[in-house]
Amino acid sequence: MKQEAGKIYIDESWDLEIKPPSHLLDINLKDVWRYRDLLWMFVKRDFKAQYKQTILGPLWHLIQPLFTTIVFLVVFTNIAKIPTDGVIPVLFYMSGITIWNYFSSCLNATSNTFVANAGIFSKVYFPRLILPLSVVASNIVKFGIQFFLLIVAVLWFNITSSSSFGPSPSLSSLILIPVIVLVMAGLGLGLGIIISSMTTKYRDLTVLIGFAVQLLMYATPVVYPMSTIANEQLKSWISLNPLAPLVEAFRYATLGAGSFDASGFGYSVGFMLVTLLIGLLMFSKVEQTFMDTV
Amino acid sequence: MATVIKVENLSKQYRLGQVGTGTIRHDFNRWWHSVRGKEDPYLKIGEANDRTRKGKSEYVWALKDINVEVREGEVLGIIGRNGAGKSTLLKILSRTTAPTTGSAKIKGRVSSLLEVGTGFHPELSGRDNIFLNGAILGMTRREIQRKFDEIVDFADVERYIDTPVKRYSSGMYVRLAFAVAAHLEPEILIVDEVLAVGDVEFQKKCLGKMNDVSVNQGRTVLFVSHQMDAIRRLCNQIAVLENGSLMCLGNTDEGINHYLKGNSGSTAKRSWADNLVKPGNEYVTLEEVSVCNSRNELVETVFTHEEVVIKIIYRLKKRNFKYIHGFNLFNSNGVHILSSHDTAFAKSKKSLDNGCYEATVLIPANFLAEGLHMVGVAIMSYNPFMIHIEETEVASFTAVDDDGSKIINARGLYGGKIPGIVRPLLEWETKKII
Repeated sequence: MKQEAGKIYIDESWDLEIKPPSHLLDINLKDVWRYRDLLWMFVKRDFKAQYKQTILGPLWHLIQPLFTTIVFLVVFTNIAKIPTDGVIPVLFYMSGITIWNYFSSCLNATSNTFVANAGIFSKVYFPRLILPLSVVASNIVKFGIQFFLLIVAVLWFNITSSSSFGPSPSLSSLILIPVIVLVMAGLGLGLGIIISSMTTKYRDLTVLIGFAVQLLMYATPVVYPMSTIANEQLKSWISLNPLAPLVEAFRYATLGAGSFDASGFGYSVGFMLVTLLIGLLMFSKVEQTFMDTV
Repeated sequence: MATVIKVENLSKQYRLGQVGTGTIRHDFNRWWHSVRGKEDPYLKIGEANDRTRKGKSEYVWALKDINVEVREGEVLGIIGRNGAGKSTLLKILSRTTAPTTGSAKIKGRVSSLLEVGTGFHPELSGRDNIFLNGAILGMTRREIQRKFDEIVDFADVERYIDTPVKRYSSGMYVRLAFAVAAHLEPEILIVDEVLAVGDVEFQKKCLGKMNDVSVNQGRTVLFVSHQMDAIRRLCNQIAVLENGSLMCLGNTDEGINHYLKGNSGSTAKRSWADNLVKPGNEYVTLEEVSVCNSRNELVETVFTHEEVVIKIIYRLKKRNFKYIHGFNLFNSNGVHILSSHDTAFAKSKKSLDNGCYEATVLIPANFLAEGLHMVGVAIMSYNPFMIHIEETEVASFTAVDDDGSKIINARGLYGGKIPGIVRPLLEWETKKII
């Protein structure tokens, strides 16, 4: 402050202006970056706290996909006799389950961000987006563990059975995996925050989401390959599902089976970007006042 | 010094009742207005937020047109009754909710402590929770690492630092939580009554830390509390809120007196005409309480060298009970100076008829200290023991020294401030012994 001829010069630059929620579209990503340490803390918390006082600890991450694989094996291979693109069924299911689990757990956990964390949100400010982001990040850890199991299984079958499960994946297609995971993360996050933004005042949608995710799995080629669908109309319906090309591509990258369809993949990426953008806009509008209605 | 917080015409509206199918009509109406570029129709109909009265409108203003400026290094105390809007104001300033209209501009990093231990996870160890809680409050990992030993030391939990916090005693839990918060280094700290926790020793430590933060480190603090002692010790400016409006913004004494007087009706005489708000029950109701001087004149200001007369008028509505009446005296810090009841009346065997009774009590001259005094009234009965009326602040008066030359009081010739909650004129005897 400096004084000049009796006038006091006041610095009018403010760091922060708190205003009523505006209709302008502003997403504060700079703040999210500033709080990146917190994101990491939440990931650590989720991982540490989940298996406290269990004997098997993180091994539980392996047991769940293994059991699901066994059930799928019995139901879809032995009873329903659905073909698996010439791949050993165990690997076929494991691959599908691994990538599907990542999507569904991201979506389920982010879709109630506001309601589940109202306690913290009502007491302290930090960019609300940190929480859904931390969910997506901590699920990557889980995904990594399950992915490791998948790799071990692929190698095991590769060595023991004489290349009878079809073409092994080419190394160049492995580069696809991180991209697929990223797109999956974007889809799970985008849909999740759209739902969480829509459920702060009226909870109706939360009732729907639980079983909608389960049903969505059957509209995605998780337990069957795209190639078995003979009905062209049905096929075009399923290819509207942005998850379908991703699951197929993941299987292609890990097992060398199925197809990689660039246009389908492009559709998924585009869908993800649009969903994420809409989600971010809705989320940043709702986060300012949701405490009053949640 | 520069202004670091500037609150302009800040208002916050809440809707009462439940969210359900009924609210969707309002939401639709609001949306329809905004589509046509019109003002929100529900902003006009809000009522002042007085929770004791039944209102007609579903919408209330928890805050209405608040204007406050806080300068750097200032400690602003925010006081007011429950529901006056203190917490809403802090919530808006700490960005956990947005205002309905108006704005607040802030310079510098803000940390808010609306609760201690926000985000503590019971399964995690004390160490993990320090990092987690610190990060939630806005510290970076490096900052926490730098202060880790200091935090553990402040909380006195070194031995338990690797034990899950769910095994902590509640005192330890709170100490750890406050320790993290106390080591924040924001330019502006917002604190909401978190000092009401922990044992006395720890409370002292907390107040000391708060003082340190504001005085030695020159940070700005916003502090909500009902403890007038703490407010008086820490704050140098006070904002008094009442039903969502800012009633008074001034120095500490002014603010606290305003709040306490506002609470007690600021009158030497208080009577209740409306049966709904009259203190009491089906046995007794309080009719009137008044403060007079020795000449039986109603006064708001009394001289310390004069007697003070307090009159309590009440109505008995049930017979065959042994009633007993008394009064309490508090000073402007909320310190309970004395409590007295009518012992002679309690001893009498006579059963009282229904009707109005007037009890008078005389506070001797040269007994009270200077300042605002609040009168509380209690009426009980024995066998069985029941408290019918217990009003803490029904009337108030201010005691002042008269500095006329012939007046005899405990001040004597001294002109400065005399501490103490009472100031009786005691008899001294001094003689030369050697």
